[in-house]
Amino acid sequence: MIEIKNVSKVYETKEGTYQALKDLSLTINDGDIFGVIGSSGAGKSTLVRHINLLERPTSGQIVIDGVDVTNYEGKELRDLRTKIGMIFQNFSLFQQSTVLKNVLFPLEVRKAEKTEAKKKALELIKLVGLEGMENRYPSQLSGGQQQRVAIARALATDPEIMLCDEATSALDSKTTVQILDLLSDINMRLGVTMILITHSMEVAQHICNRIAVVNKGEIVEEGATEDIFANPQHPVTRELISHHQPGRN
Amino acid sequence: MDYISSFIASYGDLFAQGIVDTLVMTFGSCLFAYVIGLPLGVAFALTTPTGLHPMKVLNTVLGWIINIGRSIPFVILMVAIIPFTRLLVGTSLGVTGAIVPLTVAAAPFVARIVEQSLAEVDGSLIEAAQAFGATNVEIVTKVMLRESVPSLIRGVAITWVSLFGYVAMAGCIGAGGVGDIALRYGYQRWMADVMLVAVVICVILVQLFQSFCDWLAVKVDKRIRN
Repeated sequence: MIEIKNVSKVYETKEGTYQALKDLSLTINDGDIFGVIGSSGAGKSTLVRHINLLERPTSGQIVIDGVDVTNYEGKELRDLRTKIGMIFQNFSLFQQSTVLKNVLFPLEVRKAEKTEAKKKALELIKLVGLEGMENRYPSQLSGGQQQRVAIARALATDPEIMLCDEATSALDSKTTVQILDLLSDINMRLGVTMILITHSMEVAQHICNRIAVVNKGEIVEEGATEDIFANPQHPVTRELISHHQPGRN
Repeated sequence: MDYISSFIASYGDLFAQGIVDTLVMTFGSCLFAYVIGLPLGVAFALTTPTGLHPMKVLNTVLGWIINIGRSIPFVILMVAIIPFTRLLVGTSLGVTGAIVPLTVAAAPFVARIVEQSLAEVDGSLIEAAQAFGATNVEIVTKVMLRESVPSLIRGVAITWVSLFGYVAMAGCIGAGGVGDIALRYGYQRWMADVMLVAVVICVILVQLFQSFCDWLAVKVDKRIRN
């Protein structure tokens, strides 16, 4: 279980202070596919990057499985991060490394035994449907294939949590559905809790069981996906939903 | 034909020795300059305010050292550090005596070039590595340096060509090499043929090395579809 408790994040810039998150609280249960929805600049990415402490809260706490990890540093922090996989909008694959080397990276970092690490990496490459492509380089793959490599890499250390930062935004709609189905499959088969940032209600509806709508650093609405779609309460939610109604595009 | 064979008979050995000296001085000092400059450049890149491990004081000091090193013209630097050169290698003359000032001049240059290559590495890759629990050392060796290999190779070419120019200047204080031949025979004795040959050799050497580095940088760059 991930608990975000009263988290505020303030950035000091030359133009003054900017509050990205405002006293925000949120609980994500194990096994959820949790959607964090909002328009760009709403604070979704900042929120999710607090979970693996790529961002530190100005105030508030991050609690994972009952343990307050907010002030983790050094080895403690690195160990925590190996339990949390992450995939990115632009895939963030190492361009000068093969598919296999990319997937091996988190295992090398964790000093895994070499032959076992390689076996594990090859299994994951197979799991994401890229068998036989382990010696290719990212530039030789399509966007969808690159995101599959990134998913395999994120799964390498058997994470309990996976953060997906606009993971399908750079992909066409057909590839998006394939990647979402893969994530959904991983969630069911491996029980990995997924936290999905997206600005697309379509993506959220396709895969998430719960949704939080973020606007201006606050959660304006939260609940089960079908409830939110059936009965949106907040104007921002209605706006987001109306954007993807059939016939509106 | 007679002219060419008599030229080769008279100056062939001189040029052969000059080319060897030039290559030893440029590659030798290039190597030593990287031994010093590479870690300096990495340290400089890491300690900048937006770097992996910001350290204001160290970064400022490194910045000074690098800039002071780069702001002294080589002709002056090589003469100014003659006592240091003698202390270090026992002589300020010849190939050995030249490698010391060449290294001292090139190391800060290398540091700056390495820093710029590392700065080009996509920040999102560094963040991804952090998200997977990599230490800063791992991020430097497995991500930053590896990702910037093509750029680092181009940096070696720039450094080497600069050193090539410095070596000719070092000829002024008895370093030897092709530049020294051009100075002594071409300039001081007005021997146009020797001068011309020396210039052609310089152009060929620089072209060869630059082309090789360009080829290698493309060859190893996996961002380019082959």
